[in-house]
Amino acid sequence: MITILDFGLGNVSAFTGLFDRLGVRCAAAKCPSEIVPGSNLILPGVGAFDMAMERLEKSGLAEALKAAVTQTGTPILGVCVGMQVLFEGSDEGNCAGLGLLPGRVVHMGEDCQGASLCLPHLGWNTISIRKSHPVVQGLDDAEFYFLHSYRARPARADDVIAGTSYGCEFPSIVGRGPVIGVQCHPEKSHESGIRLLQNFAGMSSA
Amino acid sequence: MSLRPRLIPCLLVHNGGLVKTTRFADPKYVGDPLNAVRIFNEKRADELMVLDIDATSQGREPNYSLIATLARECRMPLCYGGGVTTPDQVDRIVSLGVEKVAIATAALADLTLVESSASRVGSQSVAVVLETRRDARGQLVSVHSRRGTQRIDGSAHSLAQQAEKAGAGELVINSIDRDGTMSGYDEPLIAELRACVNLPITVVGGASSVNEMLKITSRHQGVAAAAGSLFVFKGKYRAVLIQYPTPSERSTQPRG
Repeated sequence: MITILDFGLGNVSAFTGLFDRLGVRCAAAKCPSEIVPGSNLILPGVGAFDMAMERLEKSGLAEALKAAVTQTGTPILGVCVGMQVLFEGSDEGNCAGLGLLPGRVVHMGEDCQGASLCLPHLGWNTISIRKSHPVVQGLDDAEFYFLHSYRARPARADDVIAGTSYGCEFPSIVGRGPVIGVQCHPEKSHESGIRLLQNFAGMSSA
Repeated sequence: MSLRPRLIPCLLVHNGGLVKTTRFADPKYVGDPLNAVRIFNEKRADELMVLDIDATSQGREPNYSLIATLARECRMPLCYGGGVTTPDQVDRIVSLGVEKVAIATAALADLTLVESSASRVGSQSVAVVLETRRDARGQLVSVHSRRGTQRIDGSAHSLAQQAEKAGAGELVINSIDRDGTMSGYDEPLIAELRACVNLPITVVGGASSVNEMLKITSRHQGVAAAAGSLFVFKGKYRAVLIQYPTPSERSTQPRG
């Protein structure tokens, strides 16, 4: 069972539509009381960092998801800006992130010659697996859709599950324990995305 | 930086159905929008662009229920344009599950709309559309809005730079005089605009073949190729047939 955290940013219906077709039970939650106990969580996101954090805080979902992850080891998948807010903060905004993963989010140009980089990073790109993890099973060199100008810079190198090259390699899938983040959009990545979401749906609480 | 070339079907919505125009006129009915999205899902299109060509001219709001239906069905990224005039609308469309909102008329009239929209949904989700037309001698390029009916002051070059500065995440160049003609993209204009902005660019209008689309994307960094007629008509009699190149057709096309 999957609960998609609906804080008004990101493609909730694309996720629910996809899980419906896969026969995986799923529901959307706009407030903490709607989160189905024991379900895996998805934190979708399209948008700016501060807007995402403000809406997460205001809806009470920020506290609820932190509690679920830290107290019961509930698996959570952050997508795009939903991944970025898992970190401690971002150069895109001023709000503090959820802090579930140590590190920050920085501009794509920061670590590779930014001047010549066409941004945002927009389009289909491949992932290279850097750490074995159930969520990327069967997905080495798979293509995913990306749309972003900021990237994660995890404090711990072994939180990188997969990397993607654009100008230079950046972490495209990160995670530790039950916390997983993907910079790409699995809900919009045809069968590689479906596979990743199926992999995530199969994970269970620690 | 070897991103896969983006080949994008561009679908026009008119009176609730899908149409294909020629030089922004003579809409020809080509089918049902939801059905087309399903076919492009099966064909694994890179991305879809859906433009409601009635909304601005009728002075009405975007059709949110249609957008929600298409966004839910779409298993590839979706760009929506048509009738968007406020940051609230941009926000609402993104919340329906659309990755990118394209704004032409309203953005060119007031670039603060781009700025305020980008600050809410992020630059990556705001695309600015320039509808371009060359003069009778094929020389000067003018920029238009309201589906080509209104001339905008300023060159394509300066408007593109202004859009980038205001926080647009993508530039869409829509050639009015090549629309539906399948006579080839306006490549000199693509090259000129590529040189003056860093944004990803999507070009639409004139695509003659998949091969031409691949050539455009390989010659110009960060340029995606969109097409209408090429993906909805087949043969010289322009029979309606939704089509999209398979991965092997894409990789075996001659390039250069």
